Amino acid sequence: MIAPFHVGIDLVQVSRIAESLECFGERFLRRIFTEDEIAYACAEPTRTAERLAARFAAKEATIKALRLAGHPINWRDIEVRRAITGDCAMELHGALSELAASEGHRQLAVSMSHEGDYATAVVIASGPSIKDL
Amino acid sequence: MSPQETAQIGDTIRRILKEHGRLARDVDTLLGDSDLYQAGMTSHASVNIMLALEGEFDVEFPDHMLTRAVFSSIDAMLAAVQDLLPG
Repeated sequence: MIAPFHVGIDLVQVSRIAESLECFGERFLRRIFTEDEIAYACAEPTRTAERLAARFAAKEATIKALRLAGHPINWRDIEVRRAITGDCAMELHGALSELAASEGHRQLAVSMSHEGDYATAVVIASGPSIKDL
Repeated sequence: MSPQETAQIGDTIRRILKEHGRLARDVDTLLGDSDLYQAGMTSHASVNIMLALEGEFDVEFPDHMLTRAVFSSIDAMLAAVQDLLPG
């Protein structure tokens, strides 16, 4: 039986993200995160690492939910969009967006959380409906 | 590329793995084709390794090479770095 939804989850250690920032700086930011993600994370310097960690977890959870592990991944093509209300959503760009659409995935939902040194995210992707198969 | 140059690249990859891989296994016990994800490498660690390789060899991994397979073993990374190096 094929489920109408696919789920992905990931857990990231915030201090490891801080280490990547310290070690690779701007290169780490620019290869993984979009302009808006960087702007939001850096708006509060004391929370930059935890915000980036949650977003990294959301990107990885999206890869898992969409079963994309074998495909080339441009991390910036997987973006966490944050509404002024604080609600977050996943948005795909470029080749990844086309690939997800071709696989029949229509919508993504995300939930992120962080506590202490850990950040986590869960992503649910709507799969092809049974009638499409 | 000479065997010596290839061996040097392999040694550098092993050093970078020690610094950034955070593997559950001793890097020196890994074979060239050992699965690094099975050895405990996370996707975040693979990003760090990619950035370290780029800095070390002054190359840039293009998007089409950003696959799980390219970073799945020492041999796979060696082949990727050789592809990216000029000449």
